[in-house]
Amino acid sequence: CRTSSDGEPAKFQPPPKPVIIDRQKQREERRFLSPEFIPPRGRTDPLKFYIERKDMIQRRKVFNIPEFYVGHILAVTTADPYANEKANRFVGICIQRGGKGLGATFILRNVIEDQGVEICYELYNPRIQAIEVLKLEKRLDDNLMYLRDALPEYSTFDVNMKPVFRLDHEEVPVNKLQVRMKPKPWSKRWERPKYNIKGIKFELPEKKMKEAQKWNKPWLEFDMMREYDTSKIEEKIWKEVSEELKK
Amino acid sequence: SITGACQAIQKLTRVRVVDNSALGNTPYHRPPKCIHVYNKTGVGKVGDKILLAIKGEKKKALIVGHKMPGPHMTPRFDSNNVVLIEDNGNPIGTRIKTPIPYILRRREGEFSKVLAIARNFV
Repeated sequence: CRTSSDGEPAKFQPPPKPVIIDRQKQREERRFLSPEFIPPRGRTDPLKFYIERKDMIQRRKVFNIPEFYVGHILAVTTADPYANEKANRFVGICIQRGGKGLGATFILRNVIEDQGVEICYELYNPRIQAIEVLKLEKRLDDNLMYLRDALPEYSTFDVNMKPVFRLDHEEVPVNKLQVRMKPKPWSKRWERPKYNIKGIKFELPEKKMKEAQKWNKPWLEFDMMREYDTSKIEEKIWKEVSEELKK
Repeated sequence: SITGACQAIQKLTRVRVVDNSALGNTPYHRPPKCIHVYNKTGVGKVGDKILLAIKGEKKKALIVGHKMPGPHMTPRFDSNNVVLIEDNGNPIGTRIKTPIPYILRRREGEFSKVLAIARNFV
C-alpha cells in the first residue's frame, strides 16, 4: 500500500521510537540511607563514626542488607550451632529499628501456635546469613510496639509466606491499617500523646481520650534545644557511602 | 488486682504451663505460681529449674521462655512459659506445642527428654 487514496506517494512514516526506561537513573534519584548511619547528637569525635561507617560498608559489601522500614515482613536466617541443619529461619514483622552504628538492631515479631515471639536481631552480626524482604509495607508509625497489646491476628504471619513481587523501584506503599486492641490494661498507655500513635483504632470512651490529652506537651515541637537537623549530615554521609559501595 | 508485667521469673510469679500434662491443663481457681528458684540469685531465666505450686501440690518445672528481653538473637516470649518436670528431669507431659528456644540444646544432657517431646523450635 505504497500509494495513498490521493494517488501521490505516501509520506515516509518513521517507526515509533522505543521508550527507554533508564532504571539506573530512577534508582539514583531514590535515595535511602539506613538510619543507623546517621550519628547521634553528642560530643563524640566524628572519627569514631567514620571508622564505624567504614566497617559497616565493609560488611555490606560482603552481605547484602536490603532496604527496609518498620512494618516490613522479613525472613532472617541465622547460623545456629544448636539448630538442626545449623540454620534457623524466623519470619516476622519489623516492630522497631534501634541503635546506631555497628550495634544497630531490629525487632521481628510473629505469633506462632498462639504464642507471641519477638527476636531482636543485630544488623551487622556475622551470624546472620540472609535477610529477605517478604512484603514491603510502611505503616503509619515508626514504632509498632503496640502490636503486643493488639489482637494476635495483627501479628500472625505465615512462616512459609512467599515474597510478594514488586515491580516499582519508586515508592514504598503505606498501609493505613487501624489496629484493634485487646481490652485494657496495656503495657503502655498508648492513647497518650507522648507516643503519637496513628495506627490504632481507639474504642475508648471520649472521656478517656480527653483525659489522655491532659498529658499533651504542644511546646515540645517548638523547642529549639531539641532540634537535630540531619539533612546536611545525611548528604555528606550519603555521598561517602554510595562512593564506597560502588567500588 | 493484676500486677504489672513481671519480667524474669522469681518467687510468686504466675507462670503458664505449656505441655499437655493433666496437672497443667485442668482448670483451678488459682494460677500456678513459682515458690522457689533453684539458682544462686532468686531470678530464673531460660533453662533454670523452679518449684511450682499447682492445685495445692508442689512440682518442679523448667523455664522455657520469659517476657524479659534476653541477649540479642534470642527469642522473647509474650508469656512466661514453663514445662512440668520430675525430680530426675523427666517431663510429665507428652507433647509441647509452643515454640522452644534453640538455646536449651546447649545443655542437651540434662534436658534431652524435654527437647525430645518439643515440636517447634524458634
